[in-house]
Amino acid sequence: MEIVIPRRTKEELRRKGSRRIPRTIQLSQGAGGSMMEALIENLIAKRLDIKSSFVGSGIDKLEDAGIIDLGDIKLAFTTDGCTVDPMFYPGGSLGSLSVGATINDLAVMGAKPIAISFGLILEEGLPLDILERTLDRMSEVCKESGVPIITGDTKVMEKGKVDKLIINTAGIGIIQGDIISDYGAQPGDKILVSGTMGDHGMSLVALRFGFQSNLRSDEAPLWHMMEQLLNIGGITSAKDATRGGFGPNINELARKSNVCFYVYEDKIPIKPEAKRLGEVLGIDPLSTACEGKIIMTVEPDKADEILETMRHHKYGKEAAIIGEVRRNPKGQVILETEVGGRKALHTSVGELHPRIC
Amino acid sequence: MLEFRDKTTTEALIKKIRKISTESNIKIMHVCGTHEMTIARWGLRGLLPKNIKLICGPGCPVCVTSASEIDFAIKLVKEKDVILTTFGDMFRVPGTGSSLSEAKSQGADVRVIYGIDEAAIIATKTEKQVVHFSIGFETTVPSIASEILGSKTLKNFSIICSHRLIPPAMDYLLSSEDIEIDGFICPGHVSTIIGYEPYEVLAEKFAKPMVVGGFEPADILLSILMILKQIKAERPEVENEYKRAVKKEGNILAKKMMNDVFETCDKGWRGIGIIPNSGLRLKDEFTELDGEKKFKVEIRKSQDLRLGCKCGEIMKGKAIPQDCRYFGKACTPESPVGACIVSAEGPCYIAYSYS
Repeated sequence: MEIVIPRRTKEELRRKGSRRIPRTIQLSQGAGGSMMEALIENLIAKRLDIKSSFVGSGIDKLEDAGIIDLGDIKLAFTTDGCTVDPMFYPGGSLGSLSVGATINDLAVMGAKPIAISFGLILEEGLPLDILERTLDRMSEVCKESGVPIITGDTKVMEKGKVDKLIINTAGIGIIQGDIISDYGAQPGDKILVSGTMGDHGMSLVALRFGFQSNLRSDEAPLWHMMEQLLNIGGITSAKDATRGGFGPNINELARKSNVCFYVYEDKIPIKPEAKRLGEVLGIDPLSTACEGKIIMTVEPDKADEILETMRHHKYGKEAAIIGEVRRNPKGQVILETEVGGRKALHTSVGELHPRIC
Repeated sequence: MLEFRDKTTTEALIKKIRKISTESNIKIMHVCGTHEMTIARWGLRGLLPKNIKLICGPGCPVCVTSASEIDFAIKLVKEKDVILTTFGDMFRVPGTGSSLSEAKSQGADVRVIYGIDEAAIIATKTEKQVVHFSIGFETTVPSIASEILGSKTLKNFSIICSHRLIPPAMDYLLSSEDIEIDGFICPGHVSTIIGYEPYEVLAEKFAKPMVVGGFEPADILLSILMILKQIKAERPEVENEYKRAVKKEGNILAKKMMNDVFETCDKGWRGIGIIPNSGLRLKDEFTELDGEKKFKVEIRKSQDLRLGCKCGEIMKGKAIPQDCRYFGKACTPESPVGACIVSAEGPCYIAYSYS
């Protein structure tokens, strides 16, 4: 078999091919890969696309948050549904994850989080201490970020109708400078990541397979770090590399900005332990979630200052410049491997399974 | 492992390959999904001279599992009150029509497991029948054999035996007149079990170079260099590049376990056809663990390939994924037409995912 790049870009083919959506929901459609993208883009966003003059950026843009444009005031508005098994794990918990995800979705849009809401769905029989600990984690993260939880809703469902506890959060942020969009990367920009990739996902993989490891989830609310970076300026696009991890999220930036993200593999920070565990199981840390990391593009003359500032912050110590934005091939992420070969980095499809042999 | 990825090592190997390489086209086939992953993962094809073609043979166990076996598994788990376990790679592969993933989303009890021991554990905790859809080459078979030997007393446990053997497939491909192969990179994982004696017969019969290769980029490049040297010196033989893991005789204990539990049989390979003595079935004394005999499920006529699908041609090294009219259009990893685009080890998946 020989590899030839088709005339049309892979992403075009991918999008064309993925129109068929299975008639019953499958687990892969929630795993952050291209099957999930297809469900969201081709079905959910299309059916719920309603226009309004207050909408600066709507569901059709598929950004981390929508933008409400009130003239002088611009607000970012986002929501997350959270479920994770187990509910407490090294480095984090369902509670901290739920509010952290919302804060980060606002932060990467350039918005200062100002208020959060929650919806709790509890299973009959849930021990109260689990709820108490979960609420404490939510509260800790909000306090750290200086954002209040101002409203909420609680439901209890019959035992077996829901698994223990599901949290939905929503958040509003105020945009005081430029909106940071997924669509803004320009040729010449530098590509930065704020730290090691895949920590959250690989730490859960280690737990799932019973590996002893020092891996911890990288859960972190990133507004305060982002605020410092926004003050420097020059950020042209940003995304938090949550579900699906580095691969799908950097591809999304490349596709939406219609540029090439050229990345040097040996520059991408990955914890050695995560790398080794990934090799043992055949799971790529670049396809597993982060919960406290940003991928961003920065104007070249600001890149070093942004990097230094990230590295001085507790959540950005291992930040790195990993590549640069080029003009072509448009919409693609090209990875230069450690031995000098080149390959396109694509979005994984669905759930990750260890390979057979 | 880092020394096998060191850029100075790989660059030196590539220089040597360029030096020894002539202008004539050389087709080197490997028969291992993980070799293909290494080649694609590190972008090795782009580093080689253009006349050296690396071809991906039938080395992905999921891709060669026949549609009839998948159809049987789907019908079984939908119609009978059983728990069906399988490896993740098998989950989304289409049979004649649908896949196990679709069956699960419609309510069937399909569970993805990571080792057959998990299936046996499930069986000890339930009254229900547990059937493991058991696929894989020689690498996977010993662990299955070991579990079978330990599960003889379990009344509610059985397997659908879809195991296949690599050397008979290599023999079949080399015997086909219309398939041109100048040398083989023999599968490293399989060889840890079977050793490299089985290839010696083939190397002699067909006068082709065969090198057992490891899974780091330097392993693959060194294997290619060794094959090119053999071609130049006209001394086709078996050499072992993967010395740190593979012994001539393989793993004697594992081979004995395989032979105690299984016997060879003719087997259909999806898109390729029936290859004599290339499959494994349970020996008579383990009949009660044979899921296909235990459950009477009638499947209608199965179809391995949809009309026009080139999976078979691709695995024989006669076509490339881009030759197929479905590739990347009607057939994508999200919505597969053929089997080769589903597993991370499948040639179409890899061609689709890396360039």
